[in-house]
Amino acid sequence: MFYREAGDFKTSYVDDGQTFPIKFDRMRYYVVLAVAFGVVPFVINDYWASAVFVPFLIYAIAAIGLNILTGYCGQVSLGTGGFMAVGAYACYKLMTGFPDINIVFHVLGAGFVTAGVGVLFGLPSLRIKGFYLAVATLAAQFFLVWLFNKVPWFYNYSASGQINAPERTVFNVPVTGPNTDAWAKYMMCLVFLVVLAWVARNLTRGTIGRSWMAIRDMDIAAEIIGVNPLKAKLTAFAVSSFFVGIAGALFFSVYLGAVEVGEAFGINKSFLILFMIIIGGLGSIFGSLAGAAFLVLLPVLLKNLLVGTLGWPTDLAAHLELMIVGGLIIVFLIAEPHGLAQLWRIAKEKLRLWPFPH
Amino acid sequence: MPDQLLFAMEVTLNGLMAGVLYALVALGFVLIFKASGIFNYAQGVLALFAALTLVGLQEGQIPFAHLINAIFGTEVHHFGWHLPGIVAIALTVGVMVLLAIAIERFILKHLVNQEPIILFMATIGLAYFLEGLGDIMWGSDIKKLDVGLPQGISDTIDATTANWFGYGFFIDRLDIVATVIAALLVISLTLFSQYSKQGRALRAVADDHQAALSVGISLRFIWVLVWSIAGFVALVAGIMWGTKSGVQFSLSLIALKALPVLMLGGFTSIPGAIVGGLIIGVGEKLFEFAIGPMVGGATENWFAYVLALLFLVFRPQGLFGEKIIERV
Repeated sequence: MFYREAGDFKTSYVDDGQTFPIKFDRMRYYVVLAVAFGVVPFVINDYWASAVFVPFLIYAIAAIGLNILTGYCGQVSLGTGGFMAVGAYACYKLMTGFPDINIVFHVLGAGFVTAGVGVLFGLPSLRIKGFYLAVATLAAQFFLVWLFNKVPWFYNYSASGQINAPERTVFNVPVTGPNTDAWAKYMMCLVFLVVLAWVARNLTRGTIGRSWMAIRDMDIAAEIIGVNPLKAKLTAFAVSSFFVGIAGALFFSVYLGAVEVGEAFGINKSFLILFMIIIGGLGSIFGSLAGAAFLVLLPVLLKNLLVGTLGWPTDLAAHLELMIVGGLIIVFLIAEPHGLAQLWRIAKEKLRLWPFPH
Repeated sequence: MPDQLLFAMEVTLNGLMAGVLYALVALGFVLIFKASGIFNYAQGVLALFAALTLVGLQEGQIPFAHLINAIFGTEVHHFGWHLPGIVAIALTVGVMVLLAIAIERFILKHLVNQEPIILFMATIGLAYFLEGLGDIMWGSDIKKLDVGLPQGISDTIDATTANWFGYGFFIDRLDIVATVIAALLVISLTLFSQYSKQGRALRAVADDHQAALSVGISLRFIWVLVWSIAGFVALVAGIMWGTKSGVQFSLSLIALKALPVLMLGGFTSIPGAIVGGLIIGVGEKLFEFAIGPMVGGATENWFAYVLALLFLVFRPQGLFGEKIIERV
C-alpha cells in the first residue's frame, strides 16, 4: 500500500539512478541508519555486543569483500581467512610500530597492505579459473597462516606467539584493549561497515563494477568487447582484499583483542564467509549483510535453544549446528540459489502489488 | 654411501608411500568429476564418515547414542558385540551405497543443470552435514581402527637395506599394504570402466550427459553408481589413514591434501591422480627434509599448494588434464 513508485516522479538523472528508487525504501534505509547510530549504542550491553552485533558488523565487511570477488567478478576464493590474517597482522605491526597515529589509519593501512597481498595471490587468476583457481587460493590460506605462525617478526617475538591489541583511542574513547566499552566497539565497526558498504554499492554499479560483472558472466566475450581482464580481475582482488583486510584488522583489534592465527583465521573462517555470501546471495550487498546476520545469529539461537532450554551437552549442540548449517546451504542452493537477497527481491515485487495482486 | 644421501632416499621412499595415500583420496575426486562434472569437496569427509561407521559397527556402538541419551535421559552405549573386520567392512560398504542413494535423491536430482560452482558449494554443505552427522552418530572422540592390517616397521626392508647400505630404512608395513591396495584399486577401476557395461555407460555420461540420456542410459543410476564407488574409495582411504593415525576429525582434512594433487594431475585423469599424488608426496617430504629446518619446519601444510600453484601458471590444465578449449 505504501510500497510503490506511483506518484514518486523522477525529474533528474541523479534521481533516476539512485540506489533506492522507491520512497518507502529510502525512508526505511534512513530509519535503519538512525536506529543503528542513535538507539543501539545506548542500549547495547557486553553480551549483545560480543555475541551478536560486533561479529555481525565485522563479518558483514568480510562478506561484502568476498562478494565483490566471488559474486561480482566470479572468482571463487577460499583464501579469505588468510587475507583476514594479513589484515590483522598488518594492523598489529602498524599499531605497535607507529603508536602515535590514530588507529583508524592503522586499520585503513592494514586494508591497503592486504590489497597488495591480494593482488599478488590474484595474479594466477589471469591464467587459471574456476575450480583450479578456488584451489589455488587455498595456497594463500595455508601459506599465509603458516607464515604468521613461523616468522617471529610478525608477532614481535612474543613468547606465546599471539598478538595482543594495545589500547588505542578514537576521540579519547578507547576502542581497543581490555577497557573498551561495548558501545565503542560497536560504533567503531558500524562506522567502518556503513562507509565500506556505501563504497562497495557505488563501486559495483559504476564502470568498474560493470567490468567485473562482464568478466563474471563470460570472460572471453568481455575481453572481445573491450574489458581488460587483467585490470578487472586484479582490481576485484585488490578491492575485495582491502575489505577483507579491514575486517581482519577489526576482528583482531576491536573484537578479539588477542589472536592466535591458526585458530582465528583458519580454513573454517574462509568457508564461513563463503557460506555467508551463498546464503545471503551472490552479487548483492544486501545479501552479504543478510548472510552475515544469519550465520552469526544461527549458532547463538541454536545454543540458547539446545543448551539453554533443552539442556543438551554443548558438543552435541555444536555437531547439530554443523548439520543444520550444512543442510541449510544445500536447501538454499536447491530452493533459492540466489539466496536471501533474492527472497527479499521477490518480497519487494509482491509488496508493490499488495494488496491488489491482479 | 654418504649419510645425507641415504636419509634423502629414505625420505623419498616414505614420500612415495604418503603420495600413494594422497592419490587414493584424489582418485575419489577424479571419479566423481569425470562422471558428473561435480567437484566433490565432501570426499575427505566421506572418508571420515566411512571410517567412523566402520569403527562404530565393528565395536557395536549404538548410533546416535549421545543424542538418545540427551533426549531421553537413558544411558545406552553399545550393543555388546564385536564384529570381525571383514563383516564390518561389508556393512560399511552397504552404508556408503545407501548414502550415495540418499545424496542422489535429496541433492543431485534437484541440482541437475546448475552451474558447476553451485554444485561445488552444495558438496561443501554436504561435507559439513556429514561431519556433523558422523559426530552425532558415533561420537567425536578419537577412535582406534584395527581391521587386521599389518603395522609397524617392516623388518625385512630394514634388514635388507642394512645389508646393502649399512643403514636400515624405516618403512611402515602399513604403507606397503596401502601401496599394493591402491595399485589393485586403480587396476580394477580401470578394468571396470574400460570393459564392463556399466563402466562404458559411465564414460558415456562423462563425455556428454544429454547424448548419454538420449541413448537410454539412466543418469540417476550412473550417479548412484559413481557416488557408491567414490564412497568405496573413501572407505579404503579412511581405513588406511584411520589405521595410521586414528579415526578423528583431522581425517577429513586429507581432502585438502588431495586438492593440489588434483591440480597437478588434472581433474579428469586417473593416471594424473596417481602421478600427482606421488610427486606431491615426495616433493613435500624432500622439501621439509632439505629446506624445512631453515624456515622453521611444518612446510608440509602449504608446500603442495604452492607447488601446484606455480605449476598451474605454466600448464593450467595440469599434467594429464584435457586441454581446455573455450568458445564464445
